[in-house]
Amino acid sequence: MVYTTVAKISGLSGMSDPTKRKMLMPDVFLCEIVDKKTLADAVVSITVSCNELARQSSAGQFLHIKCGETRLLRRPISICSLQGGNIRFVFEVKGEGTRWLSEQEIGDELNILGPLGKGFNIPNGKIIVVGGGVGTPPMLLAAESANGKAKKTNRLAPGESRKNDVIAILGFRSADRIILTEEFIKICEKVIVTTDDGSAGIQGAVTKPLEELLKSGEYSAVMSCGQLLMQKAVADMCAKYNVQCQVSLEERMGCGIGACLVCACATVNNSGTTAQDSSGTVIENTEMSRVCIDGPVFNASNVIW
Amino acid sequence: MKELSINFLGYNFKNPIVMASGTFGFGREYGEFYELSKLGGICVKGLTAKPRLGNKPPRIAETPMGMLNSVGLQNPGVDAFITDELPFLREHDTVVIANISGNTVEEYVEMTEKLSDAGVDILEINVSCPNVKAGGMAFGTSTEGVTAVTEAVMKKATSPVMVKLSPNVTDIISIAKSAEASGADAISLINTLLGMRIDTTTRKPVLNNIVGGLSGPAVFPVAIRMVWQVATAVKIPVLGMGGIMTGNDAVEMMLAGASLVGVGTACFDDPYAPLRITKEIEEYMERNTINKISDLIGKVNTE
Repeated sequence: MVYTTVAKISGLSGMSDPTKRKMLMPDVFLCEIVDKKTLADAVVSITVSCNELARQSSAGQFLHIKCGETRLLRRPISICSLQGGNIRFVFEVKGEGTRWLSEQEIGDELNILGPLGKGFNIPNGKIIVVGGGVGTPPMLLAAESANGKAKKTNRLAPGESRKNDVIAILGFRSADRIILTEEFIKICEKVIVTTDDGSAGIQGAVTKPLEELLKSGEYSAVMSCGQLLMQKAVADMCAKYNVQCQVSLEERMGCGIGACLVCACATVNNSGTTAQDSSGTVIENTEMSRVCIDGPVFNASNVIW
Repeated sequence: MKELSINFLGYNFKNPIVMASGTFGFGREYGEFYELSKLGGICVKGLTAKPRLGNKPPRIAETPMGMLNSVGLQNPGVDAFITDELPFLREHDTVVIANISGNTVEEYVEMTEKLSDAGVDILEINVSCPNVKAGGMAFGTSTEGVTAVTEAVMKKATSPVMVKLSPNVTDIISIAKSAEASGADAISLINTLLGMRIDTTTRKPVLNNIVGGLSGPAVFPVAIRMVWQVATAVKIPVLGMGGIMTGNDAVEMMLAGASLVGVGTACFDDPYAPLRITKEIEEYMERNTINKISDLIGKVNTE
């Protein structure tokens, strides 16, 4: 069954009055796979070619990818890097959909809705990016964007070879799960690796080296992506040292554009409104944000963990 | 030129496609993709008397050719809808249908009065939400419940009223007849079928709410059967929905007896689904030399 409209081809896309449609808008694109690599067991990197998609994308945004004609729901996967008209994403094979995706080959076309979501608001100053496991990939583009911003704001003199002020802390279960570190090394001042079992880098959680860095008082912001518990620990650590923290959250999604309300995340709302929870209890200062469009990147201080 | 328009409860729907409640928000998000005036109508996200946060996530689980959801009526409440969302919808030339869900009969009546005053085109009385503890489907699974809500609403409604039925019943015909007898102007069906998934690794339900409503192509044949049963049993018009993905599905739904066709879950796969389906209906009409889409309503040949 082929249900999906590729709007550009079918002519259904856009407004009859073009001024009504914003210049940059997500859309459905058919994208050819131009590169595919296995980075670790069941962790796959795929690069697709699509100028329009790449041009609109920014760090922290995601692609909503159709995984075969027999699965109804798209899979949301973060953007890992951008190069010219190419857009790369890295994912772990977790179920049927991602398995299908991992079986696609160079030359095959993917049906992608994107780019979606609110990405990282790249801060000024010295920055720490924290990635945990398969939450690491989007932090590569975040680090690159921070790098680019540092250059633009003349933190680096023209021709200066020193890498800018981005430090990466990357946490993995074990040495064989490590991905993308060489690429972080190319763009970060320093890359610190931690593993749960100590088989590589520092043994323990990412918060250990994070605390050391935050103590120095030199860093103005932290950006993070990974499992919820790790991110909460990162957010708590940043709060302790009064450093701004942005977290990229993950949730099962439906539409991906903010209409269906399935990817909910409780956040702080101080506008004085109240709402009933599912048991009818009145809750104050809380709203359910949509991870797909209000996020996936949130200010950690707004998240109700 | 093919005639796609349908007159339903006195409103001119420019085509039979209506966005199903809960899948289309208040139209703003999909309105970034195409003009909402291209749609026959929009059923807005289910409204409640007070703002609601909904259930805890995960609220969605994939199933073979379908999905379960347990959003639990997250919405800003009827008052915020009227001030913040209705004016936006009114900017577009499409029929606006307000879907309402109450914990009590009184709440249904309160919302009916407010929305009638605000001038929504049609009210859709949701007695079939499977994801809330009080109200919702509790009213929709007995003839007494449907009668109580419908009769109370009809006393106050100045807009036409459509009652949205749950498929989670043993006798859909008696429920539909009780809605008709209580004065409902139309019936819409089906809401989602109650379902459940379990993660075999964690042995926990996939949905935080444990159970949720099944939608998508998996429910399509059930929807066709129930629409056909109801449409042949009542005299009031029927809006049919449940798993519509293609123009052919929509035609099938109309042949079963639906005057209008709801499209919902299809949008998650294809944001352009309603426009594509409308185009495919036109193509069907071309191929089969049908000039008026309304000629198809209830024309299944069961002889």
